[in-house]
Amino acid sequence: MNLETDNRLTEDLLRPVLHTTRRFYVAVAVFSSIVLCGIATWGYQIYNGMGVTGDNWPVFWGFHETNFVFWIGISHAGTLISAILRIVNATWRRPVTRCAEVITAFALMIGALFPLVHLGRPWLAWWLIPYPSERGIWPNYRSPLVWDFFAINTYLLSSLLFLILPALPDFALIRDRTTGWRNRVYGFLSLGWHGTPKQWHRLESAMHIMALAIIPIAISVHTIVSFDFSMAVVPMWHSTIFGPYFVAGAIFSGIAALIIVMALLRKLLHLEAYLLPLHFQNLGKLMLTMSLLWGYFVFNERLTTWYGNSPHEMNVFWSTQNGKYAPLFWTMVICNFVIPFPLLTIKRLRSITATVIASCGVVVGMWLERFLIIVPSLSRKATSYSWGAYTPQWPEIVILCSSFAAMALLYLLFSKFIPIISIWELKVGQHPQMKAAAEVQDAEAAGELI
Amino acid sequence: MQNTDKQGQQGTPHRWGMSVDLDRCTGCEACVVACHAENNIPIVGPEEAARGRAMHWIRVERYWEGEFPDVALKFRPVLCQQCDEAPCEPVCPTYASSHTSEGLNAQIYNRCIGTRYCANACSYNVRFFNFFSPVWDKPLHLQLNPDVSVREQGVMEKCTFCIQRINTGKTAANAAGAPLKDGDIKPACVQSCTANALVFGDLNDPESQVSRLSHSPRGTRLLEELGTKPKVTYLQRESWNESGNR
Repeated sequence: MNLETDNRLTEDLLRPVLHTTRRFYVAVAVFSSIVLCGIATWGYQIYNGMGVTGDNWPVFWGFHETNFVFWIGISHAGTLISAILRIVNATWRRPVTRCAEVITAFALMIGALFPLVHLGRPWLAWWLIPYPSERGIWPNYRSPLVWDFFAINTYLLSSLLFLILPALPDFALIRDRTTGWRNRVYGFLSLGWHGTPKQWHRLESAMHIMALAIIPIAISVHTIVSFDFSMAVVPMWHSTIFGPYFVAGAIFSGIAALIIVMALLRKLLHLEAYLLPLHFQNLGKLMLTMSLLWGYFVFNERLTTWYGNSPHEMNVFWSTQNGKYAPLFWTMVICNFVIPFPLLTIKRLRSITATVIASCGVVVGMWLERFLIIVPSLSRKATSYSWGAYTPQWPEIVILCSSFAAMALLYLLFSKFIPIISIWELKVGQHPQMKAAAEVQDAEAAGELI
Repeated sequence: MQNTDKQGQQGTPHRWGMSVDLDRCTGCEACVVACHAENNIPIVGPEEAARGRAMHWIRVERYWEGEFPDVALKFRPVLCQQCDEAPCEPVCPTYASSHTSEGLNAQIYNRCIGTRYCANACSYNVRFFNFFSPVWDKPLHLQLNPDVSVREQGVMEKCTFCIQRINTGKTAANAAGAPLKDGDIKPACVQSCTANALVFGDLNDPESQVSRLSHSPRGTRLLEELGTKPKVTYLQRESWNESGNR
């Protein structure tokens, strides 16, 4: 690698960190005000009671729980994809991994807020923490909600580590190129990174261990989220397929979120030279795989329910197939399958724009999927006397919108303070030896495609 | 765990249960009113009730059979079935919903953080959530029962089989030095049932009326196929069928 490329890389990728445009401030102001609206709405909900939401008897869960599952699902974008790509040593992953890992960290933080938002008495949420207290009782370890608490905290902790570890050399790079407060802050963050061979070696082993460890963690998290439903004897919740079905859906929506974020970064931070059509192509293929897998799971779930013909389940089944929730169900099928399938299958169509369009569909479709799992089952439980309905109220809609704004805001701030593309990993990829290896891999991949 | 006041006549712990005679129920809803008065259950008003926020620890379900004008109306009072294998209990993260030594599905209001998971898991939909802070219009606040705590906003509540009456009955029997007799304890719904459709008592006492009724050939349990082992027995309408009245 020559010095020129090296400098150009550093310049290009550090520019967003070192120079702030007016557009940035405007965007931060807009997103923070939406987030503040959401926080105020939550305050309003706490003050007045859960009655301001659309939750009722018998549909005790609605938008908040949908958002919870949705955001935890989105969080599977990052860490899982980046870990898999690291393990299979896909060379094209280099500019993608950090974008993905950041989504995980923030989507988890937002998702983990929703169990608090949905509580009747959120000020007592710390009762889920096991510690010897004057109350003399532990949390109920038989409750899937307690499993959630541990699974999500484990995942959050490990994905933060997974994000920060490979960022150390980049922190050191910023430290070396800045003066004043930046020098001190990044100096602290880089944890004494000097790029000695020993440090590189340790970083490499640490990343390897983390990548291997984080895959089972990620899978367990969404399986446990699915247990929130499948453990209860509620029609169409009590299903053995929910674990893998939720994990597949999570990765599916995660890839979609990643593609959207990457397209935005490419435009806004002028990273056209780094986030290439190739990346969108490859992620598009991955998303196609997940779309097929998702369709397979839905088909299985629906067919076995229909064939089994259990009366309680059929009430829920028909309400989603041709009843009240049918418009939402078929929108979901169109968004998750009918639109992405041709766009991602036909090579000619698989452009950046097309993958982004497909991804937007998938994000909407996967949100609907979670809604359709939660609400129809609760409104059609076993005894027909207590059937009900659910209509979302404005606080739930405001909080849903503000969760998206929170994601945008956190991402914006992150890309301001930390280079969103891992500079050192890209440089490693530019090394002649690596480049040659990458070309061989690409050629092989191309060969397989023909 | 088992001290004397938890012992029934046979020296075994009490196991409270109920039987509901569907032949006798007239659908008058006196039980619903009595339950509201006894247990300080908030009255949410017509708008909130229409939105599905009404709280009736016991309700009388109405089912119509046949086409007008040839219709039959059937009533079914539904309250917490006090399941032995209650789906609401394992899912609660804070043990707010837990089993007592006398087989009741207790709801410990102070432990409840309001996840509402128990209400979703309950197949009978007999759990009710305080969506707002309860308010009693004057002078209704003066009729609150001092033996029953008022639940705050964000807390789940449900039928307790009038646990305050169970405890009072046991204390009185203890003070009198006499064993608790069948029928000494009557939850508000049972006391107010004009047709004697509801019978309450100790299922561990083989001589109690509820024990005998629970073994009746007419006895069925609601959604028994789910394996929840309810302690409420429904006695199916027999006279209805015999009289050829459909």
